[in-house]
Amino acid sequence: MPVDETLSRFSDWSYNTATLIYVLAMVFFAVEQAFGRAGRLRAERTAARKHELVGASAGGAVDATARTPAPISTPAGSAEPPLSPSARRSTSRAARFGRMGVSLTVLGALLHLAALVLRGLATSRVPWGNMYEYVMAVCLIAVVTWLVVLRKYPSVRHLSAFVLLPVVILLFVGGTMLYATAAPVQPALQSYWLIVHVAAAIVSSGMFLVPGVASVLYLMRDSHESNSSRFAKLAGHLPGRDLLDRLSYRTTVLAFPIYTFGVVCGAIWAEAAWGRFWGWDPKETVAFVAWVVYAAYLHARATAGWRGRPAAWINVTGFALIVFNLFFINLVTTGLHSYAGVG
Amino acid sequence: MSSETRTNQESRGYRATPARRAFAFVRNTWRGLTSMRTALILLFLLALAAMPGAMLPQRSLNEPKVREYIAEHGWWGELLDTLGFFAVYGSVWFSAIYLLLMISLVGCLAPRSVEYVRSMRAKPVLTPRNLSRLPHHASSTVTSDADDVLATARKRFKGWRTTERDEGDGVRSISAEKGYLRETGNLLFHFAMLGLIISFAIGKMVVYEGQVIVHADGSEFCNSGIYAYDSFNPGLRVDGTELTPFCVRVNDFKPTYTELGQPIQYRADIEYSSGADLASNTWRPYQLEVNEPLRTAGDRVYLLGHGFAPVFTVTFPNGEKRTQATQWRPADQTTLLSDGATKFDPPGITDSATRRDNQLAVTGLFAPTPVFNGKILSSAGPKLTDPTVAVDIMRGDLGIDSGYGQSIFAIDQSMVEKGALERVARENLRVGESITLDDGTTISFDGVQRWVSLQVSHDPTQLWVLGFAVAMLVGLALSLLVKRRRVWIRVAPAAGAEGGGRTVIEVGGLARTDQAGYGDEFDEIAADLLNQDTRSP
Ligand code: HEM
Repeated sequence: MPVDETLSRFSDWSYNTATLIYVLAMVFFAVEQAFGRAGRLRAERTAARKHELVGASAGGAVDATARTPAPISTPAGSAEPPLSPSARRSTSRAARFGRMGVSLTVLGALLHLAALVLRGLATSRVPWGNMYEYVMAVCLIAVVTWLVVLRKYPSVRHLSAFVLLPVVILLFVGGTMLYATAAPVQPALQSYWLIVHVAAAIVSSGMFLVPGVASVLYLMRDSHESNSSRFAKLAGHLPGRDLLDRLSYRTTVLAFPIYTFGVVCGAIWAEAAWGRFWGWDPKETVAFVAWVVYAAYLHARATAGWRGRPAAWINVTGFALIVFNLFFINLVTTGLHSYAGVG
Repeated sequence: MSSETRTNQESRGYRATPARRAFAFVRNTWRGLTSMRTALILLFLLALAAMPGAMLPQRSLNEPKVREYIAEHGWWGELLDTLGFFAVYGSVWFSAIYLLLMISLVGCLAPRSVEYVRSMRAKPVLTPRNLSRLPHHASSTVTSDADDVLATARKRFKGWRTTERDEGDGVRSISAEKGYLRETGNLLFHFAMLGLIISFAIGKMVVYEGQVIVHADGSEFCNSGIYAYDSFNPGLRVDGTELTPFCVRVNDFKPTYTELGQPIQYRADIEYSSGADLASNTWRPYQLEVNEPLRTAGDRVYLLGHGFAPVFTVTFPNGEKRTQATQWRPADQTTLLSDGATKFDPPGITDSATRRDNQLAVTGLFAPTPVFNGKILSSAGPKLTDPTVAVDIMRGDLGIDSGYGQSIFAIDQSMVEKGALERVARENLRVGESITLDDGTTISFDGVQRWVSLQVSHDPTQLWVLGFAVAMLVGLALSLLVKRRRVWIRVAPAAGAEGGGRTVIEVGGLARTDQAGYGDEFDEIAADLLNQDTRSP
């Protein structure tokens, strides 16, 4: 299986370009996040104040903006409250930035996909045989997951920069520290289970990135709500906790069975390759721990007193473990999983 | 909850006899243990307790590293050792956590199963009085009559569990419910997990695993007892007397490499005989590869590694020859530079003291593709291109009779230090070259053989574990992806002057689990039921 150098060079080129495009998209989203919500924020504040006034029938001065008609039933996070003309203008300008950001992200994802496919063609195998390729694939899934989320919840578009940030960091680390030249994989990795097991791990890890980010945002928003001086600049621009929580839950619930499937496939492969299906190899162990943590997340969301903040913390911990498993266990400890191909 | 019951009981003049107190204690412990909050905390403890096993070296994986760690960390290492941190998954505290979790699980599952059976038999709940209070609601007034509307509704609710009720005054309603598979899946998942844990625990009792090196020259290995292995790890209930009998013969070993010496494939050409074949001495061929273990007689045979055994012939002064091929061990896994010691006893000497003074050992390095750095031998790659050894010939007392076991890969250095064993030559040899010692003994390097290291594994429970794991997956997917939801429809004759034969339809919906994603489905159902054209807001 000779390696096609030309294809491999094209793959590297696509990878670098995709990373740059994501950075550019982040700038666009950041513009939307920073300016687009100004108008919306004002309206939200107004609506909140109005709500208070009605709810508690408290008296007091009502300023001019409070006279904007309050939204008639706003399903959480979806419909935008009506805005004043100037706010609407600034919002629509920002929204244009946001839409351009999405187009750029799609373009980046296509190049990203090309980078992965070209790697596969260059080496005549599935393109997830070392850490560089693995990180590349995980990031692609994260971006695609986010694009799917955007279709379902268009109102969170301005958060895209927060999702692209870890993706860009991972891609940068991947492209510099983890980069490995295209090469065939060793005999232990030549198995159908490589395709299935690693693919499931990639898909679920990539998907978990999205709830991980949403939960961090949830925690910022939550801490802002209990003390408005905290994350004052940022959290005011974030959507409500409900939406962030729902988004985390819906994505986790899809990723968790895939992750479970990946762990089970890993065990089946280990039985064929290493002589036992489970041996508490460091990588297996951390995968197990992360699995238990995500199971705890699902339980926490069904347990009184654990919903909300504790659940969000658990979700963040889960994703931290996934990242830890990828970097620490591959690079620092040695185990049977040391196929990273780094250095 | 428990404190609340206690106050109730006290207020009724409850007398706490010791028996009652003991009973209350047991009951409260049980309740506490099986609450969701406890389950959550236990899950965290389990996650936390499993972590040190990934961070610290573990006996079961790498014993030498554990010893090194303890030596390096002094009292801290010893403390960790005493507390079981180098064998986490067999430690008391780890077992305690998962045992508690299992109890909690059983305690949780028992009442839920009862509840489950009851709810499976129950009819969907009554239609709420006021449907407009529900999270999803729609209504309209249509010209078709109530019977037609209900007939459409019945058709629409195919596959749902429904009941119809006549509420009087011409008002009729249907309750429909769907998504019972969610609870089924959830119970399946938890029961399967229980099964998996139990199978896993039984497995730890009855497994065994043994490693053995076999020369790839038609040599045989038989699974007849622990003594046949180089190392053997039995489960808690295995004493090695009842191993499944089978034999393996290794005829050849062929590695394939890229030009750069990166391995592409390892394949051992073997034959095996098991079960009835043993009696008839029938051997079946098999190609043993890294991801393709031999599965026979309920056991598995794996190809773990491979290496070289240089062949040396010693011609003693009296003309007698001895040829030996002892396995040397790879010191570097990528280049297969190997080290070892091939040991010879002089022939024809009956006096044990004299014999001991004239034992020989050929020790040093072996390189399949040699490169020299000055006179220092090392290997450029694993391919067998120009096998070369760099050896010291040692003569004297090898210490084999001392009563202590010694490594087959090395000589006993203490004999060298004592002066009982002396180096008499040092040379680099290619195949066909030889060394002649001062007493006329010649030692020739004749070639090289390959050996493979095999692992035999026995675990009769692993198919059970697999079955439960698959059941868990199915249960999990059902429990997370199926949505439990209810829809009600109520029809009533329109009232008032303009009512004349028209029908008021009201539809309400409720998702019993996470709301998201239900709205769309409800809207579709509502649209179907309400005949959109005449729909009024
Ligand atoms: C090793 C231990 C356990 C694991 C890995 C585990 C895992 C899971 C998972 C993945 C779910 C699906 C979550 C969902 O439907 O949203 C679930 C649900 C559930 N589990 Fe467990 N579980 C464990 C132990 C327990 C125990 C001990 C209890 C009882 C105290 C329990 C009670 C429940 C309940 C009531 C649900 C349904 C929650 C809901 O409606 O969402 N589980 N469990």
